[in-house]
Amino acid sequence: MGAIAASILALLLVAAPASQAATPSPTPPPSNQQFQNSISGFLRDDARAPIEGVKITAKSGDFTGTATSGANGSWRIGVPTQGTYEVELDESTLPEGIKLAEGQANPRNVTFSQTSNLSVIFAFGKGIVVQEQNFAQNLLNRLVAGLSFGLLLALASVGLSLIFGTTGLTNFAHGEMVTLGAVAMFGLSAMNLPFWLAGLLALLIGGLFGYVQDAGLWKPLRGRGTGLVPMMIVSIGLALAVRYVIQFNFGGATQQLPFAQSPEIQVGPVSISPNNLWSLIISAIVIGLLGLVLLKTRLGKATRAVADNPALAAASGIDVDSVIRIVWISGGMLASLGGILWAYYRPGVTFDMGSQILLLIFAGVTLGGLGTVFGALVGSIIVGIFVELTTVFGLAADLKYVGALFIMIIVLLFRPQGILGRRERVG
Amino acid sequence: MDYGFVFSSAAGELFSPTTAAYALAALGLAVHFGYSGLLNFGQAGFMAVGAYGFAISTLSFGVPFFVALLISILCSSLFALLLGIPTLRLRADYLAIVTIAAAEIVRYIVTTNQLTKVTGSANGLAAFEGGFYAMNPFPEGSYMGMNNRDFFIRVIGWGLVVVCCVIVWLLMRSPWGRVLKGIREDENAVRSLGKNVYAYKMQALIIGGVLGALAGMVFTLPRGAVQPANYGTELTFFLWTCLLLGGMATVLGPVIGAMIFWVVLSLTQSVLYGLIESGAVTWLTTVQAGQLRYILVGVALMLLMIFRPQGVFGNKKELAFA
Repeated sequence: MGAIAASILALLLVAAPASQAATPSPTPPPSNQQFQNSISGFLRDDARAPIEGVKITAKSGDFTGTATSGANGSWRIGVPTQGTYEVELDESTLPEGIKLAEGQANPRNVTFSQTSNLSVIFAFGKGIVVQEQNFAQNLLNRLVAGLSFGLLLALASVGLSLIFGTTGLTNFAHGEMVTLGAVAMFGLSAMNLPFWLAGLLALLIGGLFGYVQDAGLWKPLRGRGTGLVPMMIVSIGLALAVRYVIQFNFGGATQQLPFAQSPEIQVGPVSISPNNLWSLIISAIVIGLLGLVLLKTRLGKATRAVADNPALAAASGIDVDSVIRIVWISGGMLASLGGILWAYYRPGVTFDMGSQILLLIFAGVTLGGLGTVFGALVGSIIVGIFVELTTVFGLAADLKYVGALFIMIIVLLFRPQGILGRRERVG
Repeated sequence: MDYGFVFSSAAGELFSPTTAAYALAALGLAVHFGYSGLLNFGQAGFMAVGAYGFAISTLSFGVPFFVALLISILCSSLFALLLGIPTLRLRADYLAIVTIAAAEIVRYIVTTNQLTKVTGSANGLAAFEGGFYAMNPFPEGSYMGMNNRDFFIRVIGWGLVVVCCVIVWLLMRSPWGRVLKGIREDENAVRSLGKNVYAYKMQALIIGGVLGALAGMVFTLPRGAVQPANYGTELTFFLWTCLLLGGMATVLGPVIGAMIFWVVLSLTQSVLYGLIESGAVTWLTTVQAGQLRYILVGVALMLLMIFRPQGVFGNKKELAFA
C-alpha cells in the first residue's frame, strides 16, 4: 500500500509542472504570510506518516526563504514574486532511516505557472524509482484534464454568448461573475454551511448578481439607447469596480475551498483527480440540460428567437425584456458554477481568478462564433484541450494560455465568423 | 492631516513622467478610437513592446540610445501591422478582443521563464537607461526641487507630449485626418468616394501604436526597470479612463485626462492615508485604501461613459459611437 501511494506521489511529481491540479496534500498551516506567493508541500514517508523538522530552502537571485516541516509534515515558504526557484531539501535534517526516493532531484528548480501557490513534492522511500510517465499516457491524462477545463470554460462562455446574442453586449465583467461564484462558495463554506447548501447558495448569488446587473444597469442603458461600444466600456468599468470590491473584502491571498486537495485516482487508463472528474461530469450534465432547454422548450425557442432578431421576436409576441432577464440570471448562475469548478481546477480562490480566464472565455466564444451557443461550447472545449495539450508537446507551462489566444487570432484570419458562426454576423 | 503634503504630492503627479507616459498612450488611443473609431484594448501591449524593444536592444545588442529608440518604434509598427491585418476588415468588437488578447500574449511571452536571458521573465530588465541619462545637458544641482536626472526626464517626457500633440493636431486637420474622421462616421460613404479605408485604418493603428511605444519608454526610463506586471490589461483600462475623462476626439483631452486621473488618484490616496493615520477612519486599512482607489476608477469609468461620454473637453458630435 505504501509503495503504491509513494509511486502515485512520484507519478504526480512528473506531472506536477504541467498540472496545477496535482496537489495531493491538505492545506498547509498559515505561516510566512507577508508574501502573496508561496511554495509549499507535504513531507510524508513511504508509509504516509508525516516527517517533521526537515529544513527546506528556496532561492532565487538574492532572495532566500527557509521553512521547517511541521508536525503534520507540511511546509510553506512565502516568496516575493512568481518565478523560478531553486528548492533544496536539507537531507541532513531527515530522520534516521528515511531517504529521498531514487531519482528525486535535490536541489531542483521549480517554476510558478499562473497560480500563487506552487506545490513541490518530495517522494521518500527505499528503492522506489521515479518512473517517467510515458508519452501516450501523459497525452491521455492531459486530454481528459483539458476536456474538464474546456467544459468549465464552456459554462462561463455559454452565458457570455447568450448575453451577446440577445443584447449585443460584449461583457468584460463576465470574469468577475466567475470570481463571485467561487468567492461566495468560499465565504459560505467558511460560515460552516454544509457543502451542498453553500454550492446552491453560491449559484443563487451568481444568478442574483446577473439579475441585479441587468435590472440596475443594462436595462436602463438599453432604454436610453446607449450604443454597444459605450456599453462595452461600461462593462470594463464594472469589471474593474467589482474586481476591487471583491479584493477589498476578500484580500489578495489565495484561499482553498473544502476538499480542494485530493490524490489522483485511476479511472480506466486515465489518472485524474476526483475533483476534475466531478467537474467534468457536472459541467457536461449542466450543458446537456441547457442544450435541451434551448432546443426543446418554449423559453429556449424564445431565447433563440431574440438572439436572432429582437425586433421580430418582440413583434411575434415574445417578451424580449423577460427573455433577456432570464438570460442574465442563467448566465450569472452558469458563470458562478464555472467559477466554483475553476477554483477546484486551479486550485484556489483569488480575487482575480475570473479575469485570468476572461480572455480564454472570449477565445472560446470567438472561436465558436460570437453569439452562437453551441459554438461557444465547441470553442471552449477546443480552447481547454488546446491549453492542456500544448504542455505535452513541449510548450512551457507558463505559456500555455498563449497558444489558445494565438489560435483565436489565427482562426479570425481565415474564418472570422468562427467555427459555427454565420457570415452575416461579422458585418 | 498634513495638507501641505497632500497638495504637494498631488501637484507632483501633475508633471510626473508617469503622467506624461499616460498622456502619450492616451493620445495614441485618441488617434485609434477618437478619430478613427478603432477599438484598441491592447495599448498596454504597445507600451510593453516599446519598453521591451528599447530595453532588449540596449541590453542584449548594446546599441546606442537612438538606434534602440528606432528599433522600439519599428517593433511597435510591426505589432500594429500584425494586429491590423486579421482584424481591420472585421466589426469593431473583434478588434477589441484581438488587441486585448495580443497585449496579453506579449505579457505572457516577456514573463515566461524560457526567455529569462533576454527578457528577465517576471523580474524584468534593469540598467538600460544609462545612454539616456548620458545625454543629460543639465549639470547636477536642484531644479525646482528635483535633481538633474528627474528634471531631465520630465523635460523630455513632456517635450515629447507637446511635440506629439502638435503632430496629431496637424495630422487631424490635414486632408488625411478628414478622411479618417469620415471613416469613423461612415465607412461605406468614404469607401464609395474611392478611398482605401483599410489602408487609412492601418496607418492610424500604426501611428497610435507608435505613440503607445513612446509612452512605454517614457514610462520605463525613470523607473530604470521594465517589469511585465506593469503592462497588464488594467493599464489599458486606466488609459481608457484618461481618454474618456478628457474627451476622446480631442488633442488636449487625453493629456488633461491623464493629469486629472493622476491628481485625483494621488489626492484620494493621501487623504485616505491621512484619515487612517489620524484615526478618523478605522474601518479601512492602508492596503484597502489602495484598493478603494481602483474601485473609484471603475465607477468613474462607468459614470463617465453613461453620463458624459464626450469627456470634459469633447464635443458630443464627435463621438465615435454617436
